[in-house]
Amino acid sequence: MPINESDIEKIAQLAHLEITSEELKVFAPQIAEIVTYVEQLSALDTSNVEPALGGLTSEGEATDSARDDAVSSSLGQKVALAEAPDAAAGHFRVPKVL
Amino acid sequence: MASEIKSEIELLRTRISSGATTARAVVESSVNAAQKLNGMLNAFLEIDRLGALKRGDEVQKGNRSPNAVTTPASSLAGVPMAIKDNLCVRGMQTSCGSRILSDYHPPYNATVIERLLEAGAIIIGKTNCDEFAMGSSNENSAFGPVKNPWDLRRVPGGSSGGSAAAVAAGIVPVALGSDTGGSVRQPASLCGIFGLKPTYGRNSRYGLVAFASSLDQVGVFGRSVRDVATVLEVIAGRDPQDATTANVPVPDYSAALTGDIKSLRIGFPRALFGEGLDGDVRTAVENAIDTYRDLGAEIVDVELPRAEYCIAVYYIIATAEASSNLARYDGVRYGFRAEDAPELRSMYRRTRDEGFGPEVKRRIMLGTYVLSAGYYDAYYRKAQQARALLREDFRKAFESCDAIITPTAPTPAFLLGEKVDDPLAMYLNDVYTVTANLAGVPGLSVPCGLSADRLPIGFQLLGPYWSESELFKLADAYERTQSFIARPPIYAG
Repeated sequence: MPINESDIEKIAQLAHLEITSEELKVFAPQIAEIVTYVEQLSALDTSNVEPALGGLTSEGEATDSARDDAVSSSLGQKVALAEAPDAAAGHFRVPKVL
Repeated sequence: MASEIKSEIELLRTRISSGATTARAVVESSVNAAQKLNGMLNAFLEIDRLGALKRGDEVQKGNRSPNAVTTPASSLAGVPMAIKDNLCVRGMQTSCGSRILSDYHPPYNATVIERLLEAGAIIIGKTNCDEFAMGSSNENSAFGPVKNPWDLRRVPGGSSGGSAAAVAAGIVPVALGSDTGGSVRQPASLCGIFGLKPTYGRNSRYGLVAFASSLDQVGVFGRSVRDVATVLEVIAGRDPQDATTANVPVPDYSAALTGDIKSLRIGFPRALFGEGLDGDVRTAVENAIDTYRDLGAEIVDVELPRAEYCIAVYYIIATAEASSNLARYDGVRYGFRAEDAPELRSMYRRTRDEGFGPEVKRRIMLGTYVLSAGYYDAYYRKAQQARALLREDFRKAFESCDAIITPTAPTPAFLLGEKVDDPLAMYLNDVYTVTANLAGVPGLSVPCGLSADRLPIGFQLLGPYWSESELFKLADAYERTQSFIARPPIYAG
């Protein structure tokens, strides 16, 4: 079943995107076309194929990536808050939640 | 065998160490060129004139100490560089070509940036790119497209179009980009320069703004292979801050540039030279294959039977990972926040609606869709299985050859606006490049002439994991046969 405007509205909601009705009219046919294109994959026989879960090479898999469990310095509160759109009293301030 | 190509980095270092020029003068001329040409090219989003000049003076002072220039630690001493605006450089912006990060100034350096600075490189500015590295033409930047220095009506390729244009136009000898599906190799091809995507895990992504984490790699642009090799040697290697970097020794890449390729076998995947390939591109790449044969390489037929599915696999996996990675842009901790939202959820939604451009929204939605309940197995899991098969195709192909040659892009640079309303047509432009990211193998784009319209064409060399040395060797041997380095009409100096 081709993807339609109400599907796109639902996806946008899941993705925390507020899209306008004009955007919806543009996106719906474009995304439908792309989904139709990627559906060619169904022709590929993948039975008994283990999915590739990431991009690692075997050498990457073999690399021990655990760090020592040691205390190290971090950004600190002042620097961490410096780029916040709204900060107050050492916190990130946001609009009301409820 | 033709004479050895003189690297621009070596030339600069020699002139600085002999006193023929200073690091400050080199940087000043680079910054002047950037400022002069940026009105035409829009390649830079930030040019740090004062910071770069100051650093030029510092590097110059460091060079007075005995042997400083010849130590590996200073292999880039005084070399001006441009950095794609999705790599964190302390003291500069990192916008990712997006409104949502337009005023973001990271408080730390990416690991690759730390390593460049330790080697004496001087960062003159941050380069324009498709928003969050999503695009093949640079038209998805929130700050306007980059223009191709070969023809200002045409795209430079993407997503690292600003870095490619800056190197092609002679503003800097080398630059960094990022390559998730071809975003270094394709613009390198369209701008007539070299562009490398290393093996997955070869270098650190700490401080590279994430797009699709199982595919992203930092890549290098240069006007000679030797310069690309020199920069890779500086930035490559294990980084405890990026768990995907592998414990594999970094070789002396320059030592591989011997010009002798007699023992090497180059795989020719005939099936990929079919429909959709521009005639001039086909001829240029076939001529390059003839050159390799003349140089003594053995050309062998290879097959990548599952390659036809690569775009479908790529646009499922890349968008799924992007939808997850870009969830962090919510207007809380950094970046843009929409004003006057009455409550938290509408603040998130409005921030993301106003902050992201159309291509980023399309990809987030596509990624959300392929990961959503009821579709996960049909799309995402299926794509991961297809990815496993593609990796197997490469493994088998590399049993009979040392590298595979393909075009880098199916056509030379297209016109601005030509594909902007047709996302699928734009995606198909990546047909030769995405396979390397899906398989994790390294890829290098090599310039190989001009089309009838005087637009650059490139071929791509793909190799097994960790075979960057062999790719450099092959590219260098080809480069030595070229009697001149083509320069675009828009060129510094």
